[in-house]
Amino acid sequence: MNTLPSISHETTLFAEPIFYYKNFTFTNALLSSWLAVLLIIILAVILRKKLREVPKGLQNIFEIIVEGALDLCDQVTSSRTLSLKVFPIAISVFFFVLINNWFGLLPLGGLGLLEKSKEGLAFVPFLRGGTADVNTTIALAILAVLGANLFGIFSIGLWKIFNKYVNLKALGQIFTKIKNDKTVIIVAPLTFFVGLLELVGEFAKVASLSFRLFGNVFAGEVLLVSMATIIAYILPIPFIFLEILVGVIQALIFSMLLVVYFTISATDHNEHEKREEQMSVSV
Amino acid sequence: MEELSTLAKGLAIGLGAIGPGIGIGLIGAKAMEAIGRNPEATNKILVPMLLACAFAEAIAIYALVIAFSIK
Repeated sequence: MNTLPSISHETTLFAEPIFYYKNFTFTNALLSSWLAVLLIIILAVILRKKLREVPKGLQNIFEIIVEGALDLCDQVTSSRTLSLKVFPIAISVFFFVLINNWFGLLPLGGLGLLEKSKEGLAFVPFLRGGTADVNTTIALAILAVLGANLFGIFSIGLWKIFNKYVNLKALGQIFTKIKNDKTVIIVAPLTFFVGLLELVGEFAKVASLSFRLFGNVFAGEVLLVSMATIIAYILPIPFIFLEILVGVIQALIFSMLLVVYFTISATDHNEHEKREEQMSVSV
Repeated sequence: MEELSTLAKGLAIGLGAIGPGIGIGLIGAKAMEAIGRNPEATNKILVPMLLACAFAEAIAIYALVIAFSIK
């Protein structure tokens, strides 16, 4: 009698391919992030069709969420006009990340393919939380940082954003200000160097933003699997509640940092200094 | 070499968890202190505290990702 070969249920660091179309590889993380997009579209269409003055049912829930989120956004940007501009992209990112985080927790992860590998059969689930793949989170982080800089260009101008990183203005001040203030010859090169550091900081933002999200979601999945191997079905339950909470918190952190980056790049630092000077004069 | 890589995994997450552990402890302690001083502010303190905890926790998660990627 044939014995069944053992099946390994290891959670891999990278998303596993499910099927191929010509040269394009479809991974399970890609599939579930598309499903998340589909879910968001369906929800949006349903909400749009049943929109009414006096909210009812589903619209009620979403109005509470959106209103609370807009208040939170106001606390960060400290101006309603600015937060109304940033809010649509932040809340879309929030819902996308949230639904992707929760997709990894669904018991549907039990459905999948059996794939032959070197060490016998390996189990490949159809659904893997989209944010548990580092490609998705890096894409989102690049979108956030690039978007913040573009937003800054449109709101305070290309020249000011360029001077934030390659500070030609500070170097130019050596010639204009040297008559009144001798210290500028030391200060201006320093400000120029700080600007270059800020350029490195943009890449650090991408790295920290993407690895925070990826690490948290991926570690959650590994935690659930390893708890299930100790005592199946019972022990993972409290950790599933923990992971639901972590999913919300990480989505919140990601979108809040996005709002913070957008706000920072939309505020004009020189104007701020001028205002402070005026304030000190008036005091 | 096999044993050494297992050791490396253990060390990566073990050493990486020390800092965030201290950090989360400090965050919790300060939040308790704040609630003790002003019990009415509990609701205001809770959400920023959770956010700060998640930031501190993320550093341990970096170590965990490194520990998983050691072959």
